[in-house]
Amino acid sequence: MPTTYDVAIIGAGAVGTAIARELSRYRLEVVLLEAKADVGMGTTKANTAIWHTGFDAKPGTLEARLLRRSYALLEEFVPQAGIPTERLGGLLVAWTEEQRQTLPSLLERAHANGVIDVRIISAEEVYRFEPRLNQGAFGGLFVPGESLICPFTLPIAYATEALLNGVTLKLNFPVGDVRQEEDRHVLSGPRGQQVAARYLVNAAGLYSDEIDHMLGHHDFTVTPRRGELIVYDKFARRLINHIILPVPTPITKGVLISPTVYGNVLLGPTAEDLDDKTNTATSEHGLQTLLEKGRAILPDLLNEEVTATYAGLRAATEHKDYQIRLHAAQRYVCVGGIRSTGVSASLGIAEYVAELLAEAGLPLQAKTAFQTFRMPNIGEAGPRPYRQPERVAQNSDYGRIVCHCEKVTLGEILDAIHSPVPARTLDALRRRTRATQGRCQGFNCRAAVVDILARETGQDPRFLLALDGNDPPEPLTLTPPTHSSQEDQA
Amino acid sequence: MTTIQETDVLIVGAGPAGLSSAIALRRQGVAHVTVVDREPEPGGMPRLCHHTGFGIWDFHRLYNGPAYARRYVQQARDAGVHLRAQTTIIGWEDDLTLTYTSPAGLGALRGRAVLLATGVRERPRSARLVPGYRPRGIFTTGSLQRFVDERHLPVGRRAVIVGAEGVSLSAFLTLHKAGVQVAAFLTDLPRHQMYFPYAPAKWLFVDALHRTPIRTQVRISRILGRKRVEGVEITHLSTGQREVIACDTVVFTGDWIPEHEVARQGDLVMDPGTRGPQVDVAFRTSRPGVFAAGNLLRGAETAATSALEGRQAARQVLAFLHGQPWPAHRLPVLVEPPLLWVLPNSLAPADLHTPAKVTFRVTQFVENATVEVRQGKRLLLTQPFRHLLPNETLHLSGAWLTRVEPHGEPVVLKLSG
Ligand SMILES: Cc1cc2nc3c(=O)[nH]c(=O)nc-3n(C[C@H](O)[C@H](O)[C@H](O)COP(=O)(O)OP(=O)(O)OC[C@H]3O[C@@H](n4cnc5c(N)ncnc54)[C@H](O)[C@@H]3O)c2cc1C
Ligand SMILES: Cc1cc2nc3c(=O)[nH]c(=O)nc-3n(C[C@H](O)[C@H](O)[C@H](O)COP(=O)(O)OP(=O)(O)OC[C@H]3O[C@@H](n4cnc5c(N)ncnc54)[C@H](O)[C@@H]3O)c2cc1C
Repeated sequence: MPTTYDVAIIGAGAVGTAIARELSRYRLEVVLLEAKADVGMGTTKANTAIWHTGFDAKPGTLEARLLRRSYALLEEFVPQAGIPTERLGGLLVAWTEEQRQTLPSLLERAHANGVIDVRIISAEEVYRFEPRLNQGAFGGLFVPGESLICPFTLPIAYATEALLNGVTLKLNFPVGDVRQEEDRHVLSGPRGQQVAARYLVNAAGLYSDEIDHMLGHHDFTVTPRRGELIVYDKFARRLINHIILPVPTPITKGVLISPTVYGNVLLGPTAEDLDDKTNTATSEHGLQTLLEKGRAILPDLLNEEVTATYAGLRAATEHKDYQIRLHAAQRYVCVGGIRSTGVSASLGIAEYVAELLAEAGLPLQAKTAFQTFRMPNIGEAGPRPYRQPERVAQNSDYGRIVCHCEKVTLGEILDAIHSPVPARTLDALRRRTRATQGRCQGFNCRAAVVDILARETGQDPRFLLALDGNDPPEPLTLTPPTHSSQEDQA
Repeated sequence: MTTIQETDVLIVGAGPAGLSSAIALRRQGVAHVTVVDREPEPGGMPRLCHHTGFGIWDFHRLYNGPAYARRYVQQARDAGVHLRAQTTIIGWEDDLTLTYTSPAGLGALRGRAVLLATGVRERPRSARLVPGYRPRGIFTTGSLQRFVDERHLPVGRRAVIVGAEGVSLSAFLTLHKAGVQVAAFLTDLPRHQMYFPYAPAKWLFVDALHRTPIRTQVRISRILGRKRVEGVEITHLSTGQREVIACDTVVFTGDWIPEHEVARQGDLVMDPGTRGPQVDVAFRTSRPGVFAAGNLLRGAETAATSALEGRQAARQVLAFLHGQPWPAHRLPVLVEPPLLWVLPNSLAPADLHTPAKVTFRVTQFVENATVEVRQGKRLLLTQPFRHLLPNETLHLSGAWLTRVEPHGEPVVLKLSG
């Protein structure tokens, strides 16, 4: 067996990639293992994309604490890494007298969570904030810190910085088994490949319970809770100014209407417990439910065109809080049950997991240098290449629009294909650039995008189109560029 | 910002509508006509339709799509039209100035008049809210044609075509050429709507088309397969019964939505029926100096219809350049279901002196119907129809226009009884 890593992390969602990045600050050999062909392909790519303040979390829980901590950490990280965000504020609307009466307790809860800029507003104010809202609001709670975030860029940014600072990333590498040896974990991947590490972090999302079982624990069971969403056309963006939240129930945060950083409007999610951890299909019932709710909240929304529909699975458990546990003797940290706030809490979780690993004896010696990376902007609030004369002047490919709906240029597509964590699949390219994600869903550009990707990566289009030869895909190892802080790690 | 480039008429979209309009304007002596298009080549949608059937009405001979597009582009060049490909309009700087991005840089173009001719697209699967997974293998006719004829990419082995109208036949021919078997056409209506071209096509491609079932009164209720399409679930509208058809490819055809981004960015008043900009008899939109023509107005017609419309719009643009005043007030023309849209969908007082061509569409087959036109309580027209056919443009007598009260209530078209 080759090298024994100091730490292996299973799962490259928002949580796993954030942990990898955090550990890359230290003199450690770290490997990040992901079953899918790209990072951020699990629940991280299919959610409501809100950067939560944690105002409504249960005070005293780990979730409440890590959300708060993460908010502060993200405020620093987001501008440095160029993650698209928009601080619009959340407007929680009470639609019944009963709901209005719960507002003071929600305010109290927000204050208990340290979110102190929250305030209760009158029905008139609600309509001043959101003139197109349906009639019948009784009042609301305004949460200025609730923001939009790009859940596509975030894990790629974490993974890129992790890679640049020495982490090895293995894609198409589903861990099928974990065996304990004397002082290390031996993880079995596809095609007989194995990876060994002294410390293990389980950030496998929906599968975190199954990995936990492999280590002999039965602390929780993940029940996939499906959330379906409808994405409305960019022309719907004019209809609202804030994230419009319902009054939460113990089961779910409820159906909200929120702009996205790409300038669309989201309606969703539903909440439905399933038993299939791979069932990310939308359903007739789910979509119909959303249309009804949408009509009740913002009637004009339904006159706009639908751009996309999708579903994500929350890793719900029988417990209310995150399931983050250190098993010090095993040198193992389980990071499970990150149900509906994991994108927002990712940096807080990462910092906490590093502390737990240190507690179990992992020496955390900071490197002298940390390499940062700035992601290409795919949000509407920041500058996009097609609007930047200086970039087009430098390279005419930034003026060559391939995806008309999202105004994605050839330059951006080539950048994504040749980036440190490269786009090698259509889905990966879509999340990095938004190409084919717009209102025509590829009517105009899909053929061009397939063609460019196939050509640039030397892959057969039949493979990209899943026409043949896809299972099981070849594992792909991305290693840190040689010029990175090698001597620092020695 | 960059300097503004001036032109007499700025046309957005180099398809049949935009090009024919530009050619007519030049021939009528307009000095400087500029047509921009975001595609690498001018010519519009016909560039991508590699089958025959183009040109009978406007050139009096039969072309395939690319040859037809080339002919328009050549005529435009010969007429001295300034063509700028790969130039995408991204917004409005003021009333008649549009900003663009191109490989040569960003810029702004100002016309004394502007004509929008940005065409249409088909509603994709998502916009039709078809549930299921999001596997590879889901197309619209537009994306399919680009896969096959523009990029020579593989498509699949066995397809289901959603829709059974003119463009569905286009999809069929493209699939046939690509060697993809077609399992079925699906339509929620009781009969197909391929009308005239179906018979000759069936004759020409007799084997394949003969053997392809047209499933009527069904809707696609789910897409199966995770990585790649494995089938579609259909629901019979009358019985609610569900059935699965195995396939690795689904093509969503028709269900048009105008490519109205530039129009909406300019805050033009939109028509709820066509979903394109509201226009009057003279192709004038709600924004002074801005005209619209072609499929942008109402979804796909034949290329010739759009081209002829472009020529008509040119006459109106010319009149405007010569000082014809812009109407200060316009009356909307609305429809009630099962009518889908009507054109023109607004009327300016000056339009009411002469009868004009009025067209409309319906969403269902209706036998022995009477269409009536009302303005408030006043009945302006009743016109009987033996058959009203969906996905076909129908013509209404325009004589009633002269009876419209210019400052009265909106005009409404509906079926009697
Ligand atoms: C509908 C919905 C709405 C939501 N809205 C929000 C929101 O607005 N804001 C917010 O902050 N959060 C939101 N969330 C929650 C958030 O999306 C999740 O908490 C977060 O994405 C969890 O990240 P993760 O890394 O734990 O899981 P995942 O993203 O699922 O990552 C786990 C990874 O582990 C990999 N993996 C699993 N098993 C193995 C194995 N054996 N070997 C190798 N790899 C493996 C998977 O392939 C996957 O990539 C929402 C969730 C849903 C479903
Ligand atoms: C799939 C399909 C199959 C068809 N098959 C047939 C057939 O068999 N026979 C037939 O007669 N007709 C057919 N048609 C219809 C025919 O193509 C159209 O009627 C005709 O092209 C309409 O012309 P147009 O000028 O209105 O629009 P288009 O030809 O669509 O041209 C619009 C142009 O505007 C450009 N544009 C849009 N937005 C911008 C922007 N922001 N900036 C710059 N440029 C922009 C586009 O790139 C495009 O080139 C078909 C149409 C489709 C979609």
